Parts: sequence; structure tokens; C-alpha cells
Amino acid sequence: MSRHKIKSSPLLFRPEISSRFLVVLQRNLLVYTKYWRSSMMFNFVEPMLYLAALGVGLGAYIPRIEGMSYLEFIAPGLLASSTMWATSFECTYGSFIRLQVQKSYHAIITTPVSLDEVVLGDIAFGAFKSILYGSVILLVFLLLGLVSSPLALFVPLVMLLSGLVFAQLSMIWTSLAPNFEIFAYYFTLLLTPMFLFSGIFFPVETLPLMARYLAWLMPLFHTVQLCRGLVSGQLPAGFIFNLLALLLFVLVLFLPPLLLMRRRLIQ
Amino acid sequence: MQEGPVSREIIVARDLVKHYNGRAVVDGISFQVYRGECFGLLGPNGAGKTTTVKMVYGLSPISAGELTVLGLHAGSQSREIRKHLGVVSQDNNLDPDLTVWENMEMFARYYGLRPAHIAARLRQLLDLMDLSSAAHARVETLSGGMKRRLAIARSLINNPQLLILDEPTTGLDPQARHLLWQQLREIKEQKITILLTTHYLEEATKLCDRLVIMDRGRILEEGEPSALVAKHVGPQVLELGLKEDPPAWQEALTGRFAHLLKGSWLLGDTLYLYTDGGNRLLQELQELAPPCHYHLLRAATLEDVFLKLTGKELAPADVEA
Ligand SMILES: Nc1ncnc2c1ncn2[C@@H]1O[C@H](COP(=O)(O)OP(=O)(O)O)[C@@H](O)[C@H]1O
Ligand SMILES: [Mg+2]
Repeated sequence: MSRHKIKSSPLLFRPEISSRFLVVLQRNLLVYTKYWRSSMMFNFVEPMLYLAALGVGLGAYIPRIEGMSYLEFIAPGLLASSTMWATSFECTYGSFIRLQVQKSYHAIITTPVSLDEVVLGDIAFGAFKSILYGSVILLVFLLLGLVSSPLALFVPLVMLLSGLVFAQLSMIWTSLAPNFEIFAYYFTLLLTPMFLFSGIFFPVETLPLMARYLAWLMPLFHTVQLCRGLVSGQLPAGFIFNLLALLLFVLVLFLPPLLLMRRRLIQ
Repeated sequence: MQEGPVSREIIVARDLVKHYNGRAVVDGISFQVYRGECFGLLGPNGAGKTTTVKMVYGLSPISAGELTVLGLHAGSQSREIRKHLGVVSQDNNLDPDLTVWENMEMFARYYGLRPAHIAARLRQLLDLMDLSSAAHARVETLSGGMKRRLAIARSLINNPQLLILDEPTTGLDPQARHLLWQQLREIKEQKITILLTTHYLEEATKLCDRLVIMDRGRILEEGEPSALVAKHVGPQVLELGLKEDPPAWQEALTGRFAHLLKGSWLLGDTLYLYTDGGNRLLQELQELAPPCHYHLLRAATLEDVFLKLTGKELAPADVEA
């Protein structure tokens, strides 16, 4: 037998992926069946609070935007951002607990399941939460009369893309995180600015030109545009570009979490 | 797979090296594990045992050398290898949110088995590890010993050709440890090949058919536990807790009783005299009457072998958190 020298180089990176990642997703779902009530509550209440305080309260003083009442304007944005929060919590704190505290990743990769599949399983679970929590909120909005177009049926598709992107981003952070504290930076420096400047509370056209370009780099901006267009029935002119941008994010962010998690665990 | 059903070697390691940051933590080791035996890697903390087994199950890339497991290349075919492996890692990594039974079911799925098809086997494994009555308890609520037993039950789900046990009883209290040894012997009787790492001499002596003694990434010795004891220290050890001038007494005694000794070792003020004529040595010693706190004639163990080979004790007292 010849001598093999195994060097891991990003250029030679070959992901080991099969349908086994679904078993990892299944594991996460099984655990989820044990605490879904409390988890769902937490993720549901927050957007409702924003909706009440800003949409109903503040909204009374704000003129119509793009032909919508302020309540109607921010509701789809909050829908989009709620999927971002749900996925991001899952794939930072949730994944980090599995990785660092419970050592579930370590356990699973002693079986024929590969680390890539474990990471993918967690990303799939993050996307699942995005769709589940987003759909619940969408349903509530429907009951509140905040959904005015059947196009809203396509919103779960946006939730899927949003879930994938934020799961991937979060997993990158998780794979680099030395401890729990570090996630505060992710939320404060990355997600909160996105939450505030992605056109949820005011159209980004209000911002200086530079900031508008920046918005295009924020995945949340695109999900907000798409959600608002689908919920109101008035798709923005460039919606196809919003969709393509999200797809591009998903593609570009596909390998980094796999690669980084390998660097962390396979030493 | 081309595992070669007739091949006797389950693991072949040749000049295996693992570097971390330029430091060789496994430094050119060679060994073979044969079908059906329990093979031990015995060594103190930091010897490189875990790193070695991680290379075997493919979670630590090999820096240099060759490693073949079940006839497959350990670096590039590790997924294929892991299909036939059972692994109990050093850290507890059970799923705490799930029950004992759910832990078993999930692991079956990771191996591509349908829990419903092998429910009888899962029950049998829980039975073997004395966990049947806890099947529906959440893992969080189990004792340390039960958790370790579950980890072992879980590792047997796929009927592995090689079972890897990395420090299986570390962290357990003595009672739980003895119970586990008994169960591991039952598993051994099923002729499953086992690769076991430990820093407990008693564990290695009780469970291993053959072992290597490792220290600082190197193999110091290899053989059957009893053969190693016979070769290096003979059947007995006379321990003397010397009161004064230990080095001088060591010289005096080893000179005077050379005909009875296989060697000696001084650790602090304790002198170890390795002998195959313990009673005669004791008798003749009376004449010289070295000033001692105590003397103790006992059977030699692997601990003495380790002491002689490395000049240090392997494990502190047999107690741990
Ligand atoms: N990922 C790692 N990076 C750097 N050093 C490591 C790593 N893993 C283990 N080591 C070092 O390698 C040596 C051997 O460790 P290990 O194989 O765990 O020993 P053992 O299992 O015999 O206690 C130790 O000095 C340890 O600190
Ligand atoms: Mg170890």
C-alpha cells in the first residue's frame, strides 16, 4: 500500500454529502417535539410586540407609504425578520450547544454520517424553523386582515431561502466561535443593523445612495422586498433580482460552513 | 467492501505519526490488532492514545505513516470503515434531551438501519448493558455509570467488527467501574475485536489480551500483560519505604542481593526490588536490617513495568471525580 499524505486544502475540498443529512434533520426534529411550545411562543411574541407598538401605536402618526398604511407596510417586513431571528438563534446557540456542550457532532461523526451531513442537517433544521415560524405568523397576519393577495402563498418559498441563508451565515459564525459570548457580537453587529436598515420600518430609498447599495448586500433586504410584494400583491419592479440575489447568497454560502466546521473538528 | 474475510489483521499501523503545530504527539508507532482480540493502548494522559484511535476512525488526518483498518485505508476510506465500527469516545456525547431508547433509535438511523426492523436487537443490547428498566428515562437523569453503559450499548448497534473504547471507565466510581469491567468481559466473550485505551493498569490487566505501553507518542513495549510483567520485573516486588539515605541503601542492597533481583527502582524514598524469590529475599534482608517505615512483598503488576520503563508512575491513586 502506498503512503498517503492527506493535506486539507480548500481548493481540494470535496464535500461528503448524501441523503444521510436528513437523519440529522430528523434527530433535531425529534428533540424539537419536546420543547416546541415554549420555543414557538418566544419567537411569536416578539414580532407581535413590534407590530402592536410600531404598527398600531406609532403608525397612527405616519402617512401612508407606497399606498399602504404603516401597519400594512411593516407587517411583511416583520414576517421576514422573524424568520431571520428564528433561524439565527437555532444555528448559533442551538448548534453551538450541540457542538460544544452536548458533543452531538462528535458522536454522530463516529458513524457513517459525515461532518458535512451533520452541518447540512443543522442548516436544514434552521430552514425548517424559518418556514414553520414564518408560516404561523403569516397565518396570524391573514386572520388580522394584513394579507391582501393570494401571492402570499409563495411566501414560504422566500422563507426557505431566508432560512438557508441565515442558517449558513450562523453556522459560519458557530464554527468559529470559541464560546457563547461571541454570539452577542453576531446579533448586535450583524443582525440588528440588518433588522433596522433592510426596509422593514422605512423604505431604503430614504437612505443616502451608499446605504442603498449596502442594502443589496443584506439578505434581509431581499426577503423583506419579496415578502412585502407577495403579501400586498404589488411585486416591486426588481423582484426577480431580489430572488436571484437570495439564490446567489445560498450558493456562495454553501461551502464555507462545511469547510470551517471541518477545520474545527477534524484535526 | 474488500475487507478480506480471512485476513487476521483488523488494524495495521506502520510508523504512524501525528503532528500538532509541529509537535509529534504520535511519534512513529507500529502495531497490529488481530481479529477477536482485545488490544490495549496503555499510557498516561497525553500519551497520544485518543489521537491514535481518532486516526483509526478517521476524525484525525494522518500526518505520516500507514494505517489500514479492516483492509481499508484510514485516511481516504473512513466512511466505509466507520460503517463497521463501534466507537465509545472519551467524552460523554449522548443526547441528553432524548430517552435511552430514542438514543438507541437515532444511532440505528445514523447507521442506516431502521429501528423498527431491529427493535429486538436494540432491546437485547439494553438488556446486555443492564439498561432495560431505564429504557424510557431521559438520559439527563442517568448516573455516570449508566450513561457509559448506554454509550457502549449504542456502539454495538451495527454489529461492529471493531469496537473502540476510549477510556471506558475514566470518571466512574470504583463500583461502577467494576460492574462495567464485568460487562465488557461479557462483550469480549462474543469474540468481537476491541481496541481499548486506558491509563488504568488494572483495567488493562483485566481486559486486554495484548497491549502496547505508550508514553509521549511512542510505544515502549508490546506484549501480553503477564508476559510483560515476567519479562521486566519478574513475579514479585518488594517495596521498602526507606528511612535514611535511600540511594546508598539501593546500592548496598542491589549489590548484596544481585542473585535474587531482576532490577530495582528508587522513587523518592521508596525502593522497589523486582525479584523472583521474594520470601528468600525477605529472609536474607533481615540480616542487613535496613531502616524502613514499612516493607511490602506483593505480586508485580503492569504498574511496575511502567515504572521501570519510564521512571514515573502511570496513574495517581485509583480515585477520580
Ligand atoms: N487538537 C489538538 N491540537 C493540539 N494538540 C492536541 C490536540 N489534540 C491533542 N493534542 C495534544 O496531543 C497530546 C496527546 O493527546 P491525546 O491523544 O488526547 O492523549 P491521551 O488520550 O493519551 O491522553 C496531548 O499533549 C494533547 O495536548
Ligand atoms: Mg485520551
